[in-house]
Amino acid sequence: MLRITGGKVYDPANNINGEVRDVCISGGRVVAAVEDARTIDATGMVVFPGGVDVHTHVAGAALNFARGLIPEQHRQAAPIIHSRLRRAGLGGSTPTTFATGYLYAGMGWTTVNEAAVPILSAKHTHEELHDTPIVDKTCCVLMANNEILLDLMEAGEWERARHVMAWQVWAAKAYGVKAVNPGGVAAWKWGKDAKQLSDPIAGYSNITPGQIVAGLARLVDELKLPHPLHLHCNNLGAPGNVTTTLETMKTLEGNRAHLAHLQYHAYGGDDWSNISSASTTLADAFNACPNLTTDAGAVLFGNTVTVTADGPWQHLLYQLTGKKWANLDVENETGCGVVPYAYKPGSPANAVQWAVGLELLLLITDPWRVFLTTDHPNGAAFWRYPEVIRLLMDLDFRREQLKAIPDKVLKRIILPELTRQYTLSEIAVITSAGPARALGLSHKGHLGVGADADVAVYNESADVAHMFSYPRYVIKGGEVVIEEGELRNVVEGRGFVVKPAYDETVEGYLRPLFQQHYTMSFDNYPVAPERVHGLQVVEPAP
Amino acid sequence: MLTLTLKESPHVPLEAEVISPDVVANLTPGEVRALPVLLGKRRCRLDDWFDVDGDAGDEIEVRGDASKVKWIGRGMTRGRVTVVGNAGTHLGAYMTGGSVEVTGSAGDWVGGEMGGGTIRVRGDAGGQLGAAYRGSPSGMSGGTILVGGSAGIELGMRMKRGLIAVGGKVRDFAGLQMKGGTIVLTGGAEIRTGAWMARGTIVSLVPLRLLPTFAAAGPYHPTFLRLYARHLRPLGFALPCEPHEGAYRRYTGDAAVPGKGEVLVWQPA
Repeated sequence: MLRITGGKVYDPANNINGEVRDVCISGGRVVAAVEDARTIDATGMVVFPGGVDVHTHVAGAALNFARGLIPEQHRQAAPIIHSRLRRAGLGGSTPTTFATGYLYAGMGWTTVNEAAVPILSAKHTHEELHDTPIVDKTCCVLMANNEILLDLMEAGEWERARHVMAWQVWAAKAYGVKAVNPGGVAAWKWGKDAKQLSDPIAGYSNITPGQIVAGLARLVDELKLPHPLHLHCNNLGAPGNVTTTLETMKTLEGNRAHLAHLQYHAYGGDDWSNISSASTTLADAFNACPNLTTDAGAVLFGNTVTVTADGPWQHLLYQLTGKKWANLDVENETGCGVVPYAYKPGSPANAVQWAVGLELLLLITDPWRVFLTTDHPNGAAFWRYPEVIRLLMDLDFRREQLKAIPDKVLKRIILPELTRQYTLSEIAVITSAGPARALGLSHKGHLGVGADADVAVYNESADVAHMFSYPRYVIKGGEVVIEEGELRNVVEGRGFVVKPAYDETVEGYLRPLFQQHYTMSFDNYPVAPERVHGLQVVEPAP
Repeated sequence: MLTLTLKESPHVPLEAEVISPDVVANLTPGEVRALPVLLGKRRCRLDDWFDVDGDAGDEIEVRGDASKVKWIGRGMTRGRVTVVGNAGTHLGAYMTGGSVEVTGSAGDWVGGEMGGGTIRVRGDAGGQLGAAYRGSPSGMSGGTILVGGSAGIELGMRMKRGLIAVGGKVRDFAGLQMKGGTIVLTGGAEIRTGAWMARGTIVSLVPLRLLPTFAAAGPYHPTFLRLYARHLRPLGFALPCEPHEGAYRRYTGDAAVPGKGEVLVWQPA
């Protein structure tokens, strides 16, 4: 039992905005009152619900491939030395599994959503998530290029497609459905891409990317999954791609969707020489669509590695950088590309990307619908979130940083005109309350009675980057893990998994397809529930 | 001068990047003795393994068979390290200045990713001399490595600038993916010399079996080589340059990249 007293509590889900009050914890939950409890004096500190990362890549085959591809970055990464509490590991742009848990918790984040899991590597992913301590985990399974599903859509068998989707979510022990470059990755297997929503998809004759987007979003809503379709739109990264993004928003026809890393989808211009920010247009359209949520996918300057299922884009990026590239083909399900990348302020395209991430966070008016991410590790490593927070909260710092941006780029971005500064309460929304709500995790992201006791306590300070980098206390599931800024206790996280209802006879349809087309036998394919450590099953209402 | 005499040869590699003028220069003898070295995963003191004599300064002499002592002179920027005997792997890695001399032989990764300074090995050197560490885009970016004896595989892998000269024969893949700089092989090389090279010069005084992706471009008397010859002669490497002695056959490649590197093979008159 625990009582956190004297701190200013920021709990926007319960309309508490910096009020000094007690937070009481018992049995891993927030409770109304406790007696004879250990007391943490949080005077001069702020109390936040633990951070929730709605979109990150921290486990699985693709990320491991990235880890293997960048030994040169690992040599420079901060080492985590083995101790009684901690396993050895490395920080850097793709921290090792245990380090990922320590670093997230070390920043006050207590829940992460691994955003891209092919079922074929889901077992591996869950093992890595088990080795990512402290934080609770959810993951999204890749579907928009799954050939079984695409074949069903091509044949117009939507009813069966819904059962297959539900079966696959449970088979992968996933929490949500992810779509990456719908149709484009399937086309990549023929050396093609599908950039526009009406483009043909190589290997298919009836369906278009637009129909896949609309169809998947509808199926997810019909299955009543707690998290809407998690969508990486077509035409990522390309100059002028805002038109594709706007069209995607229309195509969704009012179905729910979470648009991932919107920064990569908000560019104007025609080519790399005149790429510009289109965040005003996009934010205006987004503000008018209450069915949508998004995350920033903000970029920070420095070395990192880009990892995505969007194989064709990664090939283009490789051609642009001329450095390293890895391509993975995941049989009938998806693809993957890995390209190490350095964002430089002197590069006009990178400078625009940096500005667009911040512009979207500042222009989208409802903080409950736009969340803080860097699409880790694509835009920057997650442990750099405090830098983004500082850029959002501190106008002077932002103006200082803008001085590094080339003059010709300043005309193509609107960041210099924006004067909005985030409040602490809004930061609590975009880092915790909002993403928890978007994920449908009703017991996360707030400090009301009954909520999971995931709490971050920060020193209140004008230097917000420092403040959010070094929480004084972090409590996960009622256990104090960080105390006086030091890791004192390592607990295991839980895995939230959704089990949507489906017709069991769908297995009879899937089995022969597997035997014919997969390298893995059907019986070995689904992830057994025992493999998900700390399994928490969520069953949507029928 | 600081003298470090190895008490006994360690049975597993000893990581001793503290043997560098930059680290010891301003330390008291007591502090030098207490410097940390790692034997496998065990943390030891420098004087657990070495007899430490003399005053710390810009000169260090290591005595004994230090062939299992790694990282001597790592990242040094100045001063002089002499190893009387053999040195282990990663000798002078990341160094940017000063000089390292070894009277015996050295292990792999001598001068890995070095930026400046001089390393001289009188005996043989291992593989990956002046090379890029795994994953890095470029290897040595400056400085000089001189080896009296032979050297191992992947010599000068991805090197960008600087000079490597080797007296004996080197093994496969010398100048692999080389991006610039100069490699002088007075004793020749095994196979696949210059594979994937983009730029840079490899000079060999002995005929080479070149890859088919190198194109013969005729006889050549490059002026710049006279400068190298003058620089290398006092260091014990004789490069013939007079037209009456013969000519260098120039091969360009590696066309598989495609690269603009050159391999110059001496052909006596």
